[in-house]
Parts: sequence; C-alpha cells; structure tokens
Amino acid sequence: MSGDVLLAAESGCHLNSGCGFPAPDASIFNFDSIVEFDIAGLTFHITKPMILLWIAAAVVVIFFVMAFRRASVVPRGMQNVGEYGYLFVRDGIARDTIGKQGDAFVPLLFSFFFFIWVLNFMSIVPFAQFPVTSRFAIPLSFAVLVYLLWVPLGVKRQGAGAFFKSMTMPPDVPKAMYVLLIPIEILSNFIVRPFTHSVRLFANMFAGHMLIVTFSVATWYLLSPSVIGILGSAASFTVTVGLTGFEMLIQALQAYVFTLLAAVYINDAVNAH
Amino acid sequence: MNLLASEEAPNVLAVPLDELILGIVAFLIVFWALSKLALPGIRKALEERTSAIEGGIARAEQREAEAAALYERYQAQLAEARTEAAQIRAQAQSDRVAIVEEARSEAAEAAAAVTARADAAISAERAATVASLRREVGTLALSLAGKVVGESLEDDARARATVDRFIADLEAQASAGH
Repeated sequence: MSGDVLLAAESGCHLNSGCGFPAPDASIFNFDSIVEFDIAGLTFHITKPMILLWIAAAVVVIFFVMAFRRASVVPRGMQNVGEYGYLFVRDGIARDTIGKQGDAFVPLLFSFFFFIWVLNFMSIVPFAQFPVTSRFAIPLSFAVLVYLLWVPLGVKRQGAGAFFKSMTMPPDVPKAMYVLLIPIEILSNFIVRPFTHSVRLFANMFAGHMLIVTFSVATWYLLSPSVIGILGSAASFTVTVGLTGFEMLIQALQAYVFTLLAAVYINDAVNAH
Repeated sequence: MNLLASEEAPNVLAVPLDELILGIVAFLIVFWALSKLALPGIRKALEERTSAIEGGIARAEQREAEAAALYERYQAQLAEARTEAAQIRAQAQSDRVAIVEEARSEAAEAAAAVTARADAAISAERAATVASLRREVGTLALSLAGKVVGESLEDDARARATVDRFIADLEAQASAGH
C-alpha cells in the first residue's frame, strides 16, 4: 500500500471523526531510501520503486528463459503463452512497422514491451502496488536508450546528409514552407521526441496510480457509522475495483504504445522515406 | 512516510540521476538476458516449425508429382494395349479373309481336278465307244451288204424289211454296247 493510505489507516482518520479528507498528492510517488550507497561519487538511493524495478527485471527474464529455454516445435505450457507474446511483438510490431529489417530489432522491442508491461503491472500487484514507470526517470531512461539507438543508426544506414534531410524536410512541400518546417521538424523529431516518448508512458501510469490511491483513501476515509459514509465508501470501493481493471488495460496499452513508437523511430532510421 | 516531502510538493518530473542509471542498467540486463538466453530458443523452434511445414508441403507436392507421373504412365500403357488389341483384331480380320479365300481356292481347285478327271474319263469312254462302234458298224455294214446280196433284189418289200432289221440290229447293238 502507498504511504498515505497507511497513514490514513493508522491515524484512524474517518468522516465525522474531526479530520479532513487526506487527499493524496505527488508525495505518494516519493519514497524514502531503504539503503543508500555511493559509487563514483554518486549516491544511489535504493527505494521501493528501485527494488520493484529489479523484481520486474527478474520476473521477465525468469519467465521467458523458462518458457523458451527448451522451446519445442509443438508448443506446450508456458511456451504457448510466451510464443503468443513473441509472435505479437515480431509480427504485430516489428514486421508491421519496420518491415523486412524488423526481425533484427525483435529482441529489443520484445524486451521493451514485456519489461515495461511488468513494471506497469506492479501498480496492481498486492504489496507492490506502485507502477515503477510512474517514476519519470525510468521511462526517460528507456526513451534515452531508444534515442541513442535510432539517431546513430539512421546516420549509419542512410548517411548523415540523407538521414537529416529525410527527418527534417518532408517531401512534396513548397520550398518556401521549409523555412517554417525545418525548425519544427528538428524540434519535434530530435529534441522533444525522447520526452514525448517517455512522458506519454509516465503520465498515464502516474495518473492511473493517483486515481486508484485517491479512491482507496476515500474508501477508507468514508468508512464511518453514517449512511452517507457507508454508501460513499462502498461507491469508492467499487470505483477502485473498476479502475484497477481499467488500469490493467492501460498498463498493457502503454507498454504497447511505447514499444510501437520505438519501432516507428527505428523505422525512421532504417527505411528512408 | 515522507511527510516532509508532501509539504515540499515534490516535482514529479524530477530525474534523479541514480534512478536514470539504474533504469538503463536494468533494461540492458533484461535485454541481454532475453536476447542471449530466452529468444534464441523460441526463434529456433519457430524456424524448425516453418521448415517442418514447408518440408511437409514439399513432400506432398513430390508425392503428387509422382502420382501424376504414374497415372500418365498407366494411361500410356493402357493406350498402347488398346492399339495392340486393335492391331491384333485387324490382323485376325485379314487372316480370316485370307484363310477363307485360300479354302475357297483349294475347294475350287479340288472341284476342277474332279471335273477334269471326270472329263478325261468321259472322253476316254467316248473314244473307246466310238472305236468299238466304228468296228461294229463296219462289221454290220459288211453283214448287211452280204445279206442284201444274198437275198433277191426284186422284192422291194423284202429289201425294205432287210433294212429295217439292220437298223433294229444296230439299235440293239447300241443299247447292248452301253
């Protein structure tokens, strides 16, 4: 459970008990360090999200190594599930977006999709209950990796001139428009891209977690010996359950969107347009 | 929890460098582990499946081709057999005509031989008859002449009777000769 829900529970703060609604704020996304250590002068704060990050990494690796280690021609058990995921990424994302050259990027896209999905899914895992991707640094670190892949890749595959031309000068546009278009394209494709890429994922998970926490806190807060309190508490609980189901959808969808965008950016690099 | 933080209203877009580094490291480890330990297995299995399916299709196509070739050969053999049968029938037909013709000519020859033999016998008999007749006619003529000379030539009636007797004798002799 997140900090404020515990706080509300411990304080016995309920409707009509003389305390106001303890609305959660951005502080529910900040955690105290459990362990701290320095490497090369940089202090690493090992907080709950950082532990969940490593748990998620372990879960993804262990699941797929077990599913695929002895993959057979006729799939059974875990391989069925894993294979469905693999074919989804290979056919639905890599080949659809990048085409023939997409197969080389399947391991990368596969890692992004399932790692991000599990990080998002931590939002509704009991006791974890925190989407690691709502720590902005995490989606940003992935977006930076994608950026550091596709820009050099584009220069290497197409040559610097052709690549930057294709990225900044859309074809079939009157020459005069380039005065306006080139700065806009540079801004949107090379400067803000890693931010839009990561903020999309971060903001969705942040907002989803905030909603769930708000209604969880409301469920607890409204639970009091009064008709309006019990009704409100029951309604809030129902909304919490509904939102949890909705979040499951958003978690998968945002993992897909992030991966798909990564594939689109890679496609910009490998296929000139 | 961090009551202090909530009073400060933390910046949600803050990027702690340690988290950024941990995120990159964690992803790289996941990527390395999946692409080295997990994904080669499934890729190999899928390739094997594809080749198994393609191999099955190729085998089926080969069988089909073989069956078609076999059918072609049977058809050819059947046609050959039919032609052969037709030739044999035609041969038999012409043989039959030849045999009938041969039989007919043989029969005709046999008949001709029989006829020839009969003709020869008849002509031989006639020659013999003619010879004996000539002999007998001479004899008879001599005897008639003797009788005519011996009898009186005045009596026409007698003379006529003598001639009639001679002719009757001739007839009698002719019927006896046969």
